[in-house]
Amino acid sequence: MSTETNVIEDFANREYKYGFVTDIEADAAPRGLTEATIRLISAKKGEPEWMLDWRLKAYRHWLTMDEPKWPNVNYPPIDYQNIVYYSAPKQKNRPNSLAEIDPELLRTYEKLGIPLEERARLAGVAVDAVFDSVSVATTFKEKLHEMGVIFCSFSEAVREHPELVRKYLGSVVPSNDNYFAALNSAVFSDGSFCFIPKGVRCPMELSTYFRINAADTGQFERTLIVAEEGASVSYLEGCTAPIRDTNQLHAAVVELVALDNARIKYSTVQNWYPGDKEGKGGIYNFVTKRGKCAGVNARISWTQVETGSAITWKYPSCLLIGDNSVGEFYSVAVANNRQQADTGTKMIHIGKNTRSTIVSKGISAGYGQNSYRGLVEIKKGATNARNFSQCDSLLLGDRCGAHTFPYIEVKNTSSRVEHEASTSKIGEDQIFYCKQRGLSTEDAVNMIVNGFCKEVFRELPMEFAVEAQKLLGVSLEGSVG
Amino acid sequence: MLEIKNLHASVNGNEILNGVNLTVKAGEIHAIMGPNGSGKSTLAGVLAGREVYAVTQGDVLYRGKNLLEMAPEERAREGIFLAFQYPVEIPGVTNTYFLKAALNSIRKHRGLEEYDAVEFLALVKEKLKLVDIDQSLLNRPVNEGFSGGEKKRNEIFQMAVLDPALAILDETDSGLDIDALRIVADGVNRLRSKENAIIVVTHYQRLLNYIVPDFVHVLLDGRIAKSGGKELALALEEKGYDWIKDEVENPPVHF
Repeated sequence: MSTETNVIEDFANREYKYGFVTDIEADAAPRGLTEATIRLISAKKGEPEWMLDWRLKAYRHWLTMDEPKWPNVNYPPIDYQNIVYYSAPKQKNRPNSLAEIDPELLRTYEKLGIPLEERARLAGVAVDAVFDSVSVATTFKEKLHEMGVIFCSFSEAVREHPELVRKYLGSVVPSNDNYFAALNSAVFSDGSFCFIPKGVRCPMELSTYFRINAADTGQFERTLIVAEEGASVSYLEGCTAPIRDTNQLHAAVVELVALDNARIKYSTVQNWYPGDKEGKGGIYNFVTKRGKCAGVNARISWTQVETGSAITWKYPSCLLIGDNSVGEFYSVAVANNRQQADTGTKMIHIGKNTRSTIVSKGISAGYGQNSYRGLVEIKKGATNARNFSQCDSLLLGDRCGAHTFPYIEVKNTSSRVEHEASTSKIGEDQIFYCKQRGLSTEDAVNMIVNGFCKEVFRELPMEFAVEAQKLLGVSLEGSVG
Repeated sequence: MLEIKNLHASVNGNEILNGVNLTVKAGEIHAIMGPNGSGKSTLAGVLAGREVYAVTQGDVLYRGKNLLEMAPEERAREGIFLAFQYPVEIPGVTNTYFLKAALNSIRKHRGLEEYDAVEFLALVKEKLKLVDIDQSLLNRPVNEGFSGGEKKRNEIFQMAVLDPALAILDETDSGLDIDALRIVADGVNRLRSKENAIIVVTHYQRLLNYIVPDFVHVLLDGRIAKSGGKELALALEEKGYDWIKDEVENPPVHF
C-alpha cells in the first residue's frame, strides 16, 4: 500500500469538538407525528388560526408523498413516528433580555464560540440562536429596529408581523414542494425571520446559530429573508449538534426573496455531527434552500461550507425571475469517513439577461461519497441568459468517491451555458514537496485542500472564512497522515 | 557535513544505488554527473527522504546525525533543501503563503521566533534581488502556470529564503535556456558560503561553467566510478562516459 494511503488513513482520527450535551430541562412533545402533534406545536407557540391551517394543509399533503429515492445516498428507513418534533429548553417565563436566559444555555453558546452579548457588539454581528426548537436570544434587536430592519425568531414574526409572514411564507418553497419541505412546513418549530425594508443596507452581518441538543429530536427550522427594493443583507448560518449514536433528522427550509435591485448573501458553515468513523450516528441534513430574484437586477448568492452531517441532501437554488438578476452558488462539501453528500444547486433562468455562477468543490476522504447534483435551466423567455459552472472534486485516498450529475436544460438559443469539471487526487508529489520544505503532512494537506477551496472561501465574510478553514482542517484531520 | 557510506537503495525491488560513498564538507560544491539511469536523481531523492526509495544498506550521517532515521520534513527543518527537477504545482496556494509557512516551520523547529507578515516580506524583498525573479510570481499559486524557467528560478528563490545548510540541486539546468541558466547559477553562487554546502546533480557540463564545483563525481551503475576536480567535467563533456566505463571494467594495470 502506498505511503499516501497510510497518510490518509492516519488523518481520519479526530474527535468532534462540539459533541457535548447541555444538561438542561426540556419541554418536549411526545414522540411521533399526528395532527395532534401539530396542534400542540402550534398551541405552544400561541399561533393564529391561519398558521395552524397552513401547517395542517402541509401535513395532509406530506402524508401523500414519498421520500425521494433519487439521491446518491444510502441510509436505513427513517421512522417518522420515533422522532420528537418539539423540544424547548424549559423556562418559567419568556426571556425579556439575555440576563433572564438560563446560564447553562448561555454557557453552551459560549463553548461554541457564539458571540452573544458584549462579544456580539464587538464583533458587530447580530445573532439569533436556535436551541433545539426555539429561538433563545436575538441580540441587537433595538439597533436594527431603528433602521426598520426586522430580525427576530420565526415565532415572534408570526406574532408580531403576521402580514409579512403571510405574504412571503411558502412563496419560494411551497409547502408541498418536496417531501422534506412539506414535513418542515407541518412541524417547523422556529427559525429566523429577517426583513430589510426598501433602500436599507443592513448595517451588520445577521447570523443564526442552530444547535440540536435533545436526543432523538428533529430540528425543523424555517428561515425567511426578505429584501425589499434596493435593500441588501449578508446573513450567516452556523450549526452543531452533540455526539449521539442514533441519527437525528434536520429538515430545514430557507426562503429568500429579493425584490428589484436587492441583494442577499447567504453563507452557511454547516458542522452538524457527522457520525463516528464507522458511520454510527450523525445528522441527516435534508434541507431545502431556495432564493427568488423576484425583481430586476436582484442578486442572490449562496455560499456553503458543508463539513458535517452523516448525510447531506441540499440544493440551495435560485429562481432568476427578474430581468438582469444574478444567482451565485459557491460550495465546499466534505465527505470523510462514512459521510455521504449529495449537494449542488438549481439555477432557473426565467428573466432576460439573467446570469448565474456555480462553483462547487467536493472533497472526499476515507469512505466518503460526494456527489454534485446541479440543474441549469434556461426557460424560453430567458434571452441572453448566461451560466458558468465549475465542479471540481478532490480525492484523498482510494476508497472514497466523487460523482457529478449536471443537468442542463436550455430552451432559448441566445443563451450561453458553460460547464467545467475536474477530478484530482492529492498527490504524493504535492505532499512530499511540502514536506521537503519543512511542513508537516497535516499542514501540507490543509494547505493543499484550502488552496483547492480558495474560490469559495473568498466569498465568505472574513471571520467566517477563517472558521471555515479551521473547520476544514479539523474535518479532514487524520485522513492524511 | 554529509557522510555517505556504502549506500544501497532500491525502487520496487530494483537496486539503483549500489554502494555510494561520498563526503561533503561545509563550504564545498560537489557535482554529481552521470548518464541517464545511473542513479543521480535516486541519490538526491534518498537524501531528501523520498519514500519510494528503500535504503537497503549503508549509512548517511548529516551533521553527525543519522539522516536515514529522519522524516523528510525533519531533514528540511535541519537544513536540507532539494531543488526539484520537476517542481510541483499547488493550485490556490500562493507562493508567498507557502514559503512563509515553510520558513516558519523551520524557524519553529530551531527555536526561533516565527516571522510575521511584515518581517517575512522584508526578507523576501531582500532575497528577490538574489534571483532575478518577477515579483508577480510571489502572489501566484505555487508553480501553477509557471514556465519551465520560472519554476526553476522559483526553486532557487525558495532556497534563498530558506537558507539551507545543504542544498541539493537535482538537474536544475534541465529545460533552461542559456539566459535562465546564468540567472539560476548566479543565484546559487550568491548563496554559496563557508557555512553551507551544495550538491549539484547534472547531466551536462554546461551548468558547471557557471557554478564551479570543487569536486566532480561520476555516478555509473549506482556507484561513484570516478572523482576529480572541475577538469573532470570538461573531460566528460569532450569524451562522454564510455571511457570511464572502460576504466572501471578494465582497470589500468600498474606494475
